[in-house]
Amino acid sequence: MPDAQTSPLAGDRWAKTELARHPQRPDPIFLLEQLFTDYVEIHGDRAFSDDPALRCGFARFRGEELMVIANVKGRTTKEKVAHRFGMPEPEGYRKALRAMKLAEKFRRPVLTLIDLMGANPGLGAEERGQAEAIARNLREMSRLRVPTIAVITGEGGSGGALALAVADRVLMLENAVYSVISPEGCASIMWRDAAKRAQAAEAMRTTAADVQALGCIDGIVPEPPGGAHTAPEQAAQLLGKELAHHFAALGKLPLERLLAQRYEKFRNIAQFYAG
Amino acid sequence: MTWFKRQQSGIATDGEKTVRTEGLWIKCPGCEQTVWKADVEANLQVCTRCGYHFRISARERIDSLLEPGYACVDGDLRSTDPLDFADLKTYRARLATAQVSTGLNDAIVNVHGHLGPHPVVLSVMEYAFIGGSMGAVVGETIARAIDRALAQRCALIIVSASGGARMMEGIVSLMQLAKISAALARFDETGLPYLSVLTDPTTGGVTASFAMLGDLNIGEPGALIGFAGPRVIEQTIRQKLPEGFQRSEFLLSHGMLDAVVPRRELKPFLERSLDFMLPTAG
Repeated sequence: MPDAQTSPLAGDRWAKTELARHPQRPDPIFLLEQLFTDYVEIHGDRAFSDDPALRCGFARFRGEELMVIANVKGRTTKEKVAHRFGMPEPEGYRKALRAMKLAEKFRRPVLTLIDLMGANPGLGAEERGQAEAIARNLREMSRLRVPTIAVITGEGGSGGALALAVADRVLMLENAVYSVISPEGCASIMWRDAAKRAQAAEAMRTTAADVQALGCIDGIVPEPPGGAHTAPEQAAQLLGKELAHHFAALGKLPLERLLAQRYEKFRNIAQFYAG
Repeated sequence: MTWFKRQQSGIATDGEKTVRTEGLWIKCPGCEQTVWKADVEANLQVCTRCGYHFRISARERIDSLLEPGYACVDGDLRSTDPLDFADLKTYRARLATAQVSTGLNDAIVNVHGHLGPHPVVLSVMEYAFIGGSMGAVVGETIARAIDRALAQRCALIIVSASGGARMMEGIVSLMQLAKISAALARFDETGLPYLSVLTDPTTGGVTASFAMLGDLNIGEPGALIGFAGPRVIEQTIRQKLPEGFQRSEFLLSHGMLDAVVPRRELKPFLERSLDFMLPTAG
């Protein structure tokens, strides 16, 4: 196996991971504030609580109404802790599904902006059915009767991200990463050493270009040269342009075709040898 | 100088005095008693003293649930190793080892047969194959089981035993959660029954997708069932987890399972459930 530290790609994928986690990187809330007007937040899962790690609300995008679901990572340490670094509890996923169902009822498209390490692993999350909440979102998003776009803006961490990303268009920002487990998690399991995270990132192929090459996303949103953190407003504008393009294309599709295409896309992901 | 001295040389013993007992007895992790292996095997791999459920292979599971004469289907898919993945070993080598030891192409077996009077498609995960982990082949095979049950208008049963998504297939393995959940959404709309049986262990992406989406979610006694692994949670919250955390009985009391059913009673339970869910014959 080529050593990740010395191969020509040395550290490239790990460097992308660090870029995706850059403290100055525009987060979903920044993008929400930049791109949408007349935003109204809605709260709560109607069962247990209002998860601060996910923010749901309706807004206008270039004159059109839509439902926006965005991770809240928090910017200061105090905020980060209060929002659990953007890692949702089951209530967060249930609130998001409620927001999506509301959009479906009133025939408005749905946008999710995703930047999270994963669903929150905790005692309470297990007690209240983290797995069930994620599973239900996967199933319901696959048949939601309105156009949906999911954008991985930073980190797309495993099932916790996928539970917001079963969409007609799944996009990644150029320097975002999307993976089944964090490089640290993979390293500690497969190498029994979390310090081998760069090798794990290389082995798992986590960058936007990798994930697109594997057929698991529909497009890459360009970032300003040097990364989104160097020109956050410009990064938001680049995303806005892509969203306008994709929403327009999806809006032209008859509903049954939209649903059939979404189903076929996920049904046909991945290759295997037969016979 | 020794106290005793052998006076005669060449004393012969009349044959072997030891009896080989390896493999005849096993120690039960539940009650820590040594139990006669043949008794446990005859009892569907459940301890005769304490009821501890040992893990069983996919084939043993199928034999315990279906009438003889079932047909194995969809067994021909093999992984392409989409990432050309290697950690301390190559993924290809891990696959080859698992294929030899289990006789399967991947961690899943689909069969079509009868459970009592009901025709069913049964998909069973094989934990002995790389921890029952789910890559593209497991995902596709389960999706084909769903398609098959849909085409034949019969019930679907999936028996889970898995550590979750197979990280050696990276993001491709994650996408299997979406694939199967989308297929189950379609199946759900037909009004046909889907019964999910969760066995030891069912964690990660398998729990967070099809295992929790059954019309009934049924656990085996004492099975570890959860989203995050117990070690990950302990490291995150930095405290010891309570006794019985993430076991079937814990999930039952928290409202996540419809029932916890001992292995010996599982077949009648499934049959009874299908009686309720399917139109009465005649």
